[in-house]
Amino acid sequence: MRHSTRIAVGPVQFRIGSDWRAPVAALDRLYASYPRDDARPADATVRLFAARPWRRWLRPSVEIGGDFTVPDALPLPLSMGLLAAEMGMNLQVALGWRRHLLLHASAVARDGRAVIMSGESGSGKSTLAALLGEDGWRLMGDEFTLIDPAGGDALAFPRAVSLKNAAIAEVAARVDAARLGPLLAGTPKGDIRHLIPRPDAIAAMHEPARPALLLFPRFGGEAAIEPMGEGEAFVRLTEASTNYVALGEAGFAALTRLVRATPAFGISYPDSATGLALVEQLFAEAVR
Amino acid sequence: MSAIRTFVDLLAGRREAAALAPREWDGVISVARAEAMLATLAHRLEGADLPPTVAALFADQRAAAAVAQAQSLWEAEMARRALASERIEFVLLKGTAYAAAGLSCAEGRQIGDLDILVLVSDIGRAENELLEAGWEWVKSDPYDDAYYREHMHELPPLIHKARDRMIDVHHTILPRTHRVTPDPLIMMAESVETPTGFRVLSPPAMACHCAAHLLADGDLQGGLRNLWDFHRLVTDFLTDDTDFYLSLIEEASTHGLADVVKRALRLSHRLYDTPLKTYSWPLKLDYHREPSDDLFIRRLLARDDWGHATNFTLQQAFYIRSHWLRMPPLMLSRHLWTKWRKR
Amino acid sequence: MADRVYRAAPPETLRIEALGELTVLFDRRSMQTHLMTQPMPEILAVMAGEPCNAAMVAERLATRFDLGGDGDPTPLIAERLAELAAMGLVAEA
Repeated sequence: MRHSTRIAVGPVQFRIGSDWRAPVAALDRLYASYPRDDARPADATVRLFAARPWRRWLRPSVEIGGDFTVPDALPLPLSMGLLAAEMGMNLQVALGWRRHLLLHASAVARDGRAVIMSGESGSGKSTLAALLGEDGWRLMGDEFTLIDPAGGDALAFPRAVSLKNAAIAEVAARVDAARLGPLLAGTPKGDIRHLIPRPDAIAAMHEPARPALLLFPRFGGEAAIEPMGEGEAFVRLTEASTNYVALGEAGFAALTRLVRATPAFGISYPDSATGLALVEQLFAEAVR
Repeated sequence: MSAIRTFVDLLAGRREAAALAPREWDGVISVARAEAMLATLAHRLEGADLPPTVAALFADQRAAAAVAQAQSLWEAEMARRALASERIEFVLLKGTAYAAAGLSCAEGRQIGDLDILVLVSDIGRAENELLEAGWEWVKSDPYDDAYYREHMHELPPLIHKARDRMIDVHHTILPRTHRVTPDPLIMMAESVETPTGFRVLSPPAMACHCAAHLLADGDLQGGLRNLWDFHRLVTDFLTDDTDFYLSLIEEASTHGLADVVKRALRLSHRLYDTPLKTYSWPLKLDYHREPSDDLFIRRLLARDDWGHATNFTLQQAFYIRSHWLRMPPLMLSRHLWTKWRKR
Repeated sequence: MADRVYRAAPPETLRIEALGELTVLFDRRSMQTHLMTQPMPEILAVMAGEPCNAAMVAERLATRFDLGGDGDPTPLIAERLAELAAMGLVAEA
């Protein structure tokens, strides 16, 4: 591959290869402040490639590949190469990582205790995490949270946060412009802009945190808190995990322990401020 | 040295893991993943001097492979339960068979579908029992369906509704329209029982089937892995029987697979250092290199340091070859024409 | 169907955890996770060790639980046993 870069996020070392310079340059800018160990072997490989040689120049479109590939996935235009790279990184971890239980969830930590927010795209988990990260919390991750099967701790995976649509303006208002990546307008997921985590979050990315609270947020509707039983939380989290089955009994044990040890709630909220307040309230009760 | 060559050398034991520079692992790991052999490599290098992150990755892979193997053996158990009421005999094939028999090639091996062999006379009843027990047809169109039943050596694929795992029920080991037709009756009659009560092919038949699957059946996709299976099978069987090659070639000749098996031995020797034993009595066995061996080696090693399959024209040549081997020429053109028309 | 005799999975192969109303069960042979509620875990529990048919299971359950309702629970138990067989947790003996 003509161009390449290396990025370490949490326990995962990526190498990203690309037929074009632009996505690699964009990644290098976004991850410039991340610690780099160029001698460390890669755990996961992403390839951004042209399906046919002429697609490098003629209406260039980026296919996403690497260790794992989704067949029949649609390529992205080169202008969205950065998004392709991020999707590629997600894909390799989601399909290939076997050391920890992977939850499709954002997480933030305070004083060594973690709030884990599980939800689909649009639930607001990424936005909440980003805002909490600017409000005294350590951002652990916006997309994936890792649970250590041995001890039950949550591990950070602090990639550049993927802000979508309205969340972009909301977060941009609170942060230095230098912490934002380029605007990727009109992607299949809407407008996207990446937020670089704060330096202290990046520095702390290898520090685990003990889960204190499990939240299932839903953006929209009146503010509400609904306690969730262990059984329901278990089922929801198996649905939110990409590698639960592959982990066998270790996954079962980890998830059982997590839902027994950690209070769980569904929350809905009409706006971010309310959402943040609910998180603070429930966290305070949980760690009392 | 290319990553794929390094990978093969590590498997064969020609290179020591400790001798690799840290960044060489990138290519080796990507290639191993692409060949579905990362856990195999992890087993092969267990205890070797590895960079800590590679050692950790390999430990993950070994653990995950153990889970996957249990799942595959469970599929065999559920098939056994489904077929037991009608007393339908079946023989496990390929990856599940290696696992059930505790063979060394099963360590870390990724197993996809469950492959079983039944008597052609039992195929209808086997189909019924499996459907009753929760398997269903993988959706396909009527042409593919007919093609499978008439010309391939198996039922159209079945997938279990709840467990989402596939089973392939064969009544021969190569398609009926293939130019080489091994005899399944003999293979089933000579099957052996594993400690857990499953039936697998006898060692010579198992090695023959492996070679056939690698060379005569496919387009060499997954070739390095299948060849590794062959290498380990043969090496294991040799420890129990120093003249195993005699039984192997005798079995292969019965099924018209002697040339296929000899080529597999030559390729395995070149890549994995499989020991070769020549014989002049009671039968003649030597391993004179054929020029086309080089073509096979090139195809097996056609992968770059990012794990991407290279050499497009070579791939095409093998795809066409595999179809030619499977189907009489007249059928081939009609098949391809019909396929093209549907698009 | 009620005459079918089943044997439950050996106890050491199943890891059973109660999570509130739900019982989650990990089958170490298949690596599968099963979610179940009453009466499935109870049926497995009373079968421990021996081959049973639906009538025997009903009898054993009745000594531990009030099965309530009217009519013979055996046909319902037979259905549940068939479901457990489909999950692989019991096998025809």
